[in-house]
Amino acid sequence: MDAAFVSELRRIVGTEHVLDDALELLTYECDALPHLRESPAAVVLPASAAEVQAVVRLCARHGVPFVARGHGTGLSGGALPVPGGLVIALARLNRVLDVDIPNQRVTVEPGVTNLEITKQVAPFGCYYAPDPSSQQVCSIGGNVAENSGGAHCLKYGFTTHHVLGVEAVLPDGELIHIGGTLVDTPGPDLLGLLIGSEGTLAIVTKIIVRILRRPEAVQTLLAAFDTIDAGGAVVSDVIGAGIIPAAIEMMDALAIKAAEAAVHPNFPPADTVLIVELDGPASEVKALFGLVHAICERRGATTIEVAQNDEQRARIWRGRKAAFAAMGRVSPNYYVQDGVVPRTRLPEVLNRIRQLEARSGLRIGNVFHAGDGNLHPLICYDERVPGEADKAVDVAAEILSYCIDAGGSLTGEHGIGADKSQYMPTMFTAEDLDLMQRVRCAFDPHGLSNPGKVFPTPRLCGEVPGPYRQHPAEAAGLAERL
Amino acid sequence: MIERSAESLALQDQIDKCVHCGFCLPSCPTYMLWGEEMDSPRGRIYLMKAGREGRAQMTDGFVRHFDACLGCMACVTACPSGVQYGPLIETTRGQIDRQHPRPFADRLFRSAIFAVLPYPGRLRVALAPLAMWSSVVSRWSLVVGRRAPDDQRRTTVDQRRTTNDHRPSTIFTRLRAALALAPRVTFSSLFAPAVPERTPAIGERRLTVGLLTGCAQRVMFPQVNAATARVLAAEGCDVVAPAAQGCCGALALHAGRLDEARAFARRAIAAFEQPGVDRIGVNAAGCGSSMKEYGELLADDPAWADRARAFASKVRDASELVDELGPPRATRHPLKLRVAYQDACHLAHAQGIRQAPRDLLASIPGVELLPIAEADVCCGSAGIYNLVEPDTARQLGDRKAGCIAAVNPDVIASANPGCTLQIAAAARRRGEDVRILHPMEILDASIKGGW
Repeated sequence: MDAAFVSELRRIVGTEHVLDDALELLTYECDALPHLRESPAAVVLPASAAEVQAVVRLCARHGVPFVARGHGTGLSGGALPVPGGLVIALARLNRVLDVDIPNQRVTVEPGVTNLEITKQVAPFGCYYAPDPSSQQVCSIGGNVAENSGGAHCLKYGFTTHHVLGVEAVLPDGELIHIGGTLVDTPGPDLLGLLIGSEGTLAIVTKIIVRILRRPEAVQTLLAAFDTIDAGGAVVSDVIGAGIIPAAIEMMDALAIKAAEAAVHPNFPPADTVLIVELDGPASEVKALFGLVHAICERRGATTIEVAQNDEQRARIWRGRKAAFAAMGRVSPNYYVQDGVVPRTRLPEVLNRIRQLEARSGLRIGNVFHAGDGNLHPLICYDERVPGEADKAVDVAAEILSYCIDAGGSLTGEHGIGADKSQYMPTMFTAEDLDLMQRVRCAFDPHGLSNPGKVFPTPRLCGEVPGPYRQHPAEAAGLAERL
Repeated sequence: MIERSAESLALQDQIDKCVHCGFCLPSCPTYMLWGEEMDSPRGRIYLMKAGREGRAQMTDGFVRHFDACLGCMACVTACPSGVQYGPLIETTRGQIDRQHPRPFADRLFRSAIFAVLPYPGRLRVALAPLAMWSSVVSRWSLVVGRRAPDDQRRTTVDQRRTTNDHRPSTIFTRLRAALALAPRVTFSSLFAPAVPERTPAIGERRLTVGLLTGCAQRVMFPQVNAATARVLAAEGCDVVAPAAQGCCGALALHAGRLDEARAFARRAIAAFEQPGVDRIGVNAAGCGSSMKEYGELLADDPAWADRARAFASKVRDASELVDELGPPRATRHPLKLRVAYQDACHLAHAQGIRQAPRDLLASIPGVELLPIAEADVCCGSAGIYNLVEPDTARQLGDRKAGCIAAVNPDVIASANPGCTLQIAAAARRRGEDVRILHPMEILDASIKGGW
């Protein structure tokens, strides 16, 4: 990165908002996936969409790759810097621009935290539904990039179901508006394309989200089981009975131990605990909650604790939401994976994970959104023991292969990022990946926006490996080459 | 080169506990202001780690990020992995203090602080000119009327658009800040009589409490000590306030001047080692927090380790003591007051005490507690922080004063002298005339049945 580029950055955002001191850059070398590190050439902290636009234009002119970063809480290395590239940190774009309660929508800048939206609207009896475990810190811009979910997405859906519109800067510096203030806008679903694109298509600078009314009633229970199969059976029975819980979460013994050490949620020492939450009209919740309670009993729950008030409910959720970070209590390092399996195959995959744990010698905690079949194995390792970090990566790869074998997916909500791009060919064919690459090239023909993420091998557009092969969609006349 | 002493190696565990999740970021005042990773707890721990790995050197730039830390411990509350940031920052600051040469003016200013503040006699002398000045001003203002509040002469600053230029403050900004923060002392307050060495319990004795009268508290807020002694006596405590006690060493400890802190700690322990003292009562959050840490502070001193641990186990904040004593004995007379309670970081985050002071205030008939926004964010006082980092401290002070003003209280309750000075200064900048009292003063007034 040449001096002229950096001084131009300083002119755009102000001297103190460009970081190029090696020491300061160190702290930007990773997000919440600290085993992948790369120091950027500089970090810039714009404070407005216009500044983001000017910075991106500058990058486009100079061919400098850039990576957008929120608060650095991603778990797939999505904000891992590119060597010689720029990190565009959006922490200062943190204003809540509009709160429109009658129309149930809020407009924010990308650096606003997920929880801040709920805080803003809570006095009016509303909340923002997607609730990733890191909601107290994760940025809404990051949520859009990763299409974040959370414990309650079983019933309420992912980020993509709650974003009405965005303002974004394309990799050539053009400012665009997609969607709007209404639930659906005519034309192809470009918003759906942008959400979950992991920073490879654009940088979002403004987001309009939907907010929901707080449900009339919420009931939560914590049930303990001696086996993972019993817990899994409850999940299947509950959903089979036609109940859509607001959340249904499972944790295993190691995760329970870590959470207990961290935030004392008073979880019973069990092989498996299940958290089931129902919400909605009071009469409905009351009736269905009785059913869920009965199912837990029938499947042999050793204890069932029903939260009697908001404080007790918050305590149970504290235990669940702190579980990832709490692994620091039981292990010097951990590696969270994120995979999905069909709900009915959960016990089978978990048992395979337990066998792998015994074989590998690395402890594996399990926390998952059981209703969605979304697994979060927490692989414990010690980076100071030579070879253990690599072993953890191998174990993770194996777990992901179990998910794919079971007809599942590489990620439920954390994204592919830099962490799992290499596994994409295990789930998609070369043709699939080429098609995705073409979409990407339509937005970012020079591959400047978060290169090296999502796709297995970073390549520029048009660089299709080997001779040109016609995509089946092209052959069918449904698409044409750009 | 970053040190690798036995002491610092013991901290490796704390550094390893950080899993880089970032949950601490929104709780950190400097991250809140600037949004920069290296001025967040996670970033600072990452820098400590890089220092140990030899990837970072103790340069001016390195030191800036540790100087910028308020040490408010909000990150400790937020951390799900249980990283004890307190010992980490204290040790890092200790290493900086020993190894990093600071410019002459900076050194001089810091030495002056530590040579004056912890010594009540010297502090009185330092404040005497202000007392003289205030007596002149109070007469003069009768003639010329009130001057315009500071903020009318300054453009409004958008709270969210604050900047960090990564440069240390100049001696001039520091001196100006010190003057702006100085309490409105008068000769009668400066030389107020000390709390008696023994105040007998009213009625049957429930406990004997040793009262820390502190250094700055004693000189700047003698009425708080007097109120605390009266409240504790009314609640059935014999209150002992040994004349031989000095500063508890909190300022030194939080700045990483560990040897100095240990010397103060030994003196405080010795002063309170009297037969029959069941508890040590403290009415300053920063002092209570460091006194509870004496066990760790003197752990490597064989002659003092046990005594320090025994002492630390008896330390209680005054609000904790009132709570521990059980059902109130003295009648609470009604006070019609709307009160905004401001959480001192060293109570809320460092000691985990949030409810006891609120309960204490709520037990007074007529008192209405007003919740304030950003209650868990530091006001910018942070020990000597507002003296050495006045620009950042001022931004945080303004923010806090704004949050408090939004609920328009009759009284602000503050359980730490540093916060009281800081908030008073911020309110003066807004042209507001606020009343800030220690919860003990409010309770005292209720028990007495009036001010």
